[in-house]
Amino acid sequence: MQYIAEIMPALLKGTWTTLWVFVITLVCSLPLGLVLSPGLGSRSKNPLAVALRWLLSAYTWIFRGTPLLLQMIFIFYGLPTIHIVFDRNSAVLVTFILNYAAYFAEIFRGGYQAIDKGQFEAATVLKMSRWQTFRYVIMGQITKIVLPSIGNETINLIKDSSLVYVIGIGDLLRAGNIAASRDVTLVPYLLVGVIYLFLTFILTVAQKRVEKRFAFYR
Amino acid sequence: MLELSGISKQFGSRNILNGLNLTVPDGQTLAIVGPSGVGKTTLLRIIAGLESADAGTIAWDGQATIPEQLREQGILGVVFQGFELFPQYTVRRNITLAPTLTGATKAAADARANTLMEQLELTDQADAYPYTLSGGQKQRVAIARALALDPQVLLYDEPTSALDPALRDNVAALVNQLKQGGMTQVVVTHDMDFARSVADNVFTMPTGTEA
Repeated sequence: MQYIAEIMPALLKGTWTTLWVFVITLVCSLPLGLVLSPGLGSRSKNPLAVALRWLLSAYTWIFRGTPLLLQMIFIFYGLPTIHIVFDRNSAVLVTFILNYAAYFAEIFRGGYQAIDKGQFEAATVLKMSRWQTFRYVIMGQITKIVLPSIGNETINLIKDSSLVYVIGIGDLLRAGNIAASRDVTLVPYLLVGVIYLFLTFILTVAQKRVEKRFAFYR
Repeated sequence: MLELSGISKQFGSRNILNGLNLTVPDGQTLAIVGPSGVGKTTLLRIIAGLESADAGTIAWDGQATIPEQLREQGILGVVFQGFELFPQYTVRRNITLAPTLTGATKAAADARANTLMEQLELTDQADAYPYTLSGGQKQRVAIARALALDPQVLLYDEPTSALDPALRDNVAALVNQLKQGGMTQVVVTHDMDFARSVADNVFTMPTGTEA
């Protein structure tokens, strides 16, 4: 018990890192993904739209197709060779936001395409503008469709945040790592596991609540 | 009066509509009939501006126009085959949403919705969500929603196809009731009996030809 009390401050400090990576990434990547998704999902043959679609597809392919760890290494150690320099924290946030926005953009695209074409037509004949159609008819329906997938990704994000150790940032897992190798015991890892479970438990409850809020219609 | 002249539409190598002419006088109901696949719905969608014709013109009150313009002026209302109610809104909100977004005050939109719900026997369902409604109720909501913008022409795509036969007469009664009120209506249907029970004129679609 005394040992737990001894290492707890270090673990909580690590948890703080985990939390800010999580919160800032989520707050930035969700809207970014939402904004990018129409460009990704558009079927327009307009050359500009086609070019944008290609660009966005390349972006999501690269960021979903390579390990997050590798992306962080490239952005922190690789980009300085072309004179783009980030400090550690910014490198983490840039990588995480770009990576998660790519996933979110694909999830929102799926949600957008799952909506019946008739809903758009109904809004059109009711004289709604494109923006009104999106805001008042489509957005709520997309949200309901994507909630389970978004919930999954947020839980992944909590766990993925442990990868920041690769560019030398001390998060929860790294704090546990240090204590475990110093004191030759598994107890820190056990505590780390409990803290992760606690965090994901909160997320799961939150997700259930939000889904329930959208359960009033089918 | 709604006049269509020379409307043509080709899908691939098939001429679905081939220089079609149609006139719908004010206050009359036109039924467009024919087997499935001859382009009835396509024709309705062209009138509604949801699809563009390859050739042909549309005139309203003798003035050449385009469907988008008719829509913007609030002249056209459409009742879709699948109703396309907004699932996340109550019956009342389905009816008031478009009016409030296009300039009506909430009080005015609510008052109009109350009248429409009373007229279409939906008052008890005012706060219900679409998924809880029967097919006939959904259709009446779809009609109320279109009427809330006070159109002069109401277009129906296969209004009886999703309903049991017993409800067909109710729809016919409703269409006739709206006609009494002076509404100009175009009904696409494959149901000849229904067409005869509502229409002043029945137009049989010619079958398409290979181009």
